[in-house]
Amino acid sequence: MLLSLSIWVPIVGGLAVLTTGNDKTPTMTRWLALFAAVAGFLVTIPLYTGFDSSTAALQFVENVAWIDRYKIRYFLGVDGISMWFVLLNSFTTILVVIAGWVVIEKQPAQYFAAFLIMSGLINGSFAAADAVLFYVFFEAMLIPMYLIIGIWGGPNRLYAAIKFFLYTLLGSLLMLVALLYLYNVTGGSFTITDFHKVPLARTPQLLLFFAFFMAFAVKVPMWPVHTWLPDAHVEAPTGGSVVLAAITLKLGAYGFLRFILPIVPDASRELAPFVVAISLIAIVYIGFVALVQTDMKKLVAYSSISHMGFVTLGFFLFVGPQGSALGIEGGLMQMISHGFVSAAMFLCIGVMYDRLHSRNIADYGGVANVMPKFAALMMLFGMANAGLPGTSGFIGEFTVTLAAVKQGMFWTAACAGLALILGAAYTLWMYKRVVFGSIGNDHVRNDMPDLSRREFWMLMLVAACVLGMGLYPAPFTEVMHKSVDALIAHVAQSKF
Amino acid sequence: MKDIALVLPEIVLLSLAGLILVVDLFVARNQKWFSYACGIGALLWTAVYVYAPAAPLDAVVPSSAFVGLVVVDGVATLLKLAILLSAAVALCYSWTYLRKHQLDNGEYVALVLFGALGMMVIASAASMLTAYLGLELLGLSMYALVALKRGDRTATEAAMKYFVLGALASGLLLFGMSIIYGATGSISLTAISAALGKANSTAVALGLIFIAAGVAFKLGVVPFHMWVPDVYQGAPTAVTLFLGTAPKVAAFALAYRLFGTGLTPAAQDWSVILAVIATLSVVLGNLVAVVQTNVKRMLAYSAVANMGFLLLGFVAGGQTGYAAALFYAIAYAITGLVSFGILVLLSGRGIEFEQIDDLRGLNARSPWYAFLMLLAMFSLAGIPPTIGFWAKLSVIEAIVGAGYTWIAVIAVLASLVGAFYYLRVVRVMYFADPTDAGIALPSRGATTLMSVNALAILVLGALPSSIMALCARVLQSS
Repeated sequence: MLLSLSIWVPIVGGLAVLTTGNDKTPTMTRWLALFAAVAGFLVTIPLYTGFDSSTAALQFVENVAWIDRYKIRYFLGVDGISMWFVLLNSFTTILVVIAGWVVIEKQPAQYFAAFLIMSGLINGSFAAADAVLFYVFFEAMLIPMYLIIGIWGGPNRLYAAIKFFLYTLLGSLLMLVALLYLYNVTGGSFTITDFHKVPLARTPQLLLFFAFFMAFAVKVPMWPVHTWLPDAHVEAPTGGSVVLAAITLKLGAYGFLRFILPIVPDASRELAPFVVAISLIAIVYIGFVALVQTDMKKLVAYSSISHMGFVTLGFFLFVGPQGSALGIEGGLMQMISHGFVSAAMFLCIGVMYDRLHSRNIADYGGVANVMPKFAALMMLFGMANAGLPGTSGFIGEFTVTLAAVKQGMFWTAACAGLALILGAAYTLWMYKRVVFGSIGNDHVRNDMPDLSRREFWMLMLVAACVLGMGLYPAPFTEVMHKSVDALIAHVAQSKF
Repeated sequence: MKDIALVLPEIVLLSLAGLILVVDLFVARNQKWFSYACGIGALLWTAVYVYAPAAPLDAVVPSSAFVGLVVVDGVATLLKLAILLSAAVALCYSWTYLRKHQLDNGEYVALVLFGALGMMVIASAASMLTAYLGLELLGLSMYALVALKRGDRTATEAAMKYFVLGALASGLLLFGMSIIYGATGSISLTAISAALGKANSTAVALGLIFIAAGVAFKLGVVPFHMWVPDVYQGAPTAVTLFLGTAPKVAAFALAYRLFGTGLTPAAQDWSVILAVIATLSVVLGNLVAVVQTNVKRMLAYSAVANMGFLLLGFVAGGQTGYAAALFYAIAYAITGLVSFGILVLLSGRGIEFEQIDDLRGLNARSPWYAFLMLLAMFSLAGIPPTIGFWAKLSVIEAIVGAGYTWIAVIAVLASLVGAFYYLRVVRVMYFADPTDAGIALPSRGATTLMSVNALAILVLGALPSSIMALCARVLQSS
């Protein structure tokens, strides 16, 4: 029941906002949206408090027949891998509603409704235990996101929206064929755990790996299929960037753990060096690309790709002499942390954009002089983005690097370590150019009042999460152990 | 008497159509709504006659009449209901459009009714001759409908093209049928099915090629699709609406009766032909649709691609494949009624909706209609949670199950191309600023009907189980 609530409360709330919305006097609309978002978050809290971390099995299971003809079931359940993302997503939705509070003037009802509906759909994909149910949620969320980028986006939004949509659709359509193939192989079941059990020969495994990989690598995104992300991020409104970076990228990575590793373990093992290699390219090469950006949003977008490289790197470190859960757990930690940090970075940029309507680093300078509170908070997020110990950013990157060393992959670890320096370089350099120094121009002097109460508390909320996770990560890790161990044990067995 | 009872719905529709034709002569020029109401009533009344003795649909015992010329089974009943309902809905949408364009004469109603009658005959065909007769009745009604706007050059040209190519297709079909008759000695589909194994295989293959070509013409699939875009574009939008929906259900009926019952033993031969035709249609239809600027022409190419998808169900074959194709046809008819219906309704007052750009900023002008159109577009693109997604899923599942995984891959990649142009409509409606021309919204009744119709895309998209199961069960019982 809880999982259904976490899906349908935001969706029904979104529909209510859509139908009652009044674009001329949007105050009621905003409060209703905030109410729906908060309610959506509150119903997910029992997922954590009631979670049993001593088992790897799916919890809060709901399993009802949905489409008899294809034995598709409305089958929901979370384990240690997916549980946190439902909470993270519902939490982010609150941030998005607050971030768009007075900023969105064009059709605010549709704006808030799109985000609320998307929030429900994303929860659905994290909670789905039936492959078609997953697919339905996974695809359906493209519709609101397409509209969000297209309607409320920047000048080049048409291009960005269609690119985002088609790129993602390309991957997921191949996955659909893969799912139908597995349906036939299993003898008529779409339950994901049945896919995990079915034996597969080498060739089908490689083809399935390719199909799933296309779907999820595009979503993560991994080099070289990442090019939609900078466009989408730059053109999307602040809320869109936040949800994209904090949540939908995680869905791609989540797909690796839920589908690729357990369904095609042999192919994953065989191709692990390949994935490790392109993850490293993403980490290092995209890190350098981020260094030279002049557009703040683009810079953070590239930094997201680089950080997500750590996630995929960690996932594919399971092969090796010390087959251990460290890499996967590190990747998961990195996912959660990046959810907070990237959301925070985009919110910060959004705060500045709302004042000067520019994303160019060169248009700013000396912001600290006029916005001291903001400068302090952004400093914290910048540090977290650079992976400073004590912030959430450190945990994941450190664990993944540690896992690489443990696996005897010294040079991989060295490259990843290099990226930590790069991350510090591009983040802090941007911070320096934007925030420090003397006041850049008159616009900065006159048009940049410090944070309003709404913005301050919005950023404080994220800051608390970033610091909390950095100082005391145990609540995040301890729920994962069993599930990750079970996954590792499953992947260790050949399916031939 | 039993024979008469089985074809009673057809007799009712024929009599009512004739009656309306006569009554219409006495209806004043500005009172033509009466003929329309009669037409809609006739279709619904016939639907009652179809449904009443048949309920529940999946328990219909197949029974044939007139020495095996006609069969009434679950499939026929379901198809007839779908045909009658979509024709009735199309008539409802068309009224304001036709009145505005001064096409609101009784012939339109009568021709739609005769067309529906033709489609019902196809649905019940148990012999090649019956299928041919139904097809001709449908075809002749459609030719006249397309030419309804006499003075209009493009409409006349479209009708001419349609007629010439359609007649050629009929010739091909008839030729193929006569070869099969020569090889098997029968026109009854069940008898053909029984005799096909012993027949001369060269003659059968030759006959199959001609029949496949004729059917492909009628369905409008590559390489026999050339008439489709011209006719869709040239015909008055209200006619396009009718042409693009109910006849697609009849197209399934035709293919099912010929390939699914009569020629099943030769499935190995025709499935190869159909595989090529269907794959080409899906690919070419989607590719060419991308460059269209006229929305009717774009939807025409989309129809080519969709008919290709429908045929893929036949390529997969078997109960699963036919059930998938049947579901696809129904899903497509529902979606087509929305996409063309909105164009017809919005063109009924104010400006004409012809180009994709005419839909500019529809969201700002009428958020509700923009949303309904959005549903139709995402359904055509096959994005969940719409019924179009389940239609594509069923067909792809069937072909993957039949071992044609590579065709499935081609088909989904073509759908990706398809998504591009459907999204362009969404983009124009939502992301562009409106042009100056305002729109007058359709009447409340029409809006309600359209809302029910369009929300069915979403509701059936969330709960497709019952209708999917129904499609499978009627096929099993037939």
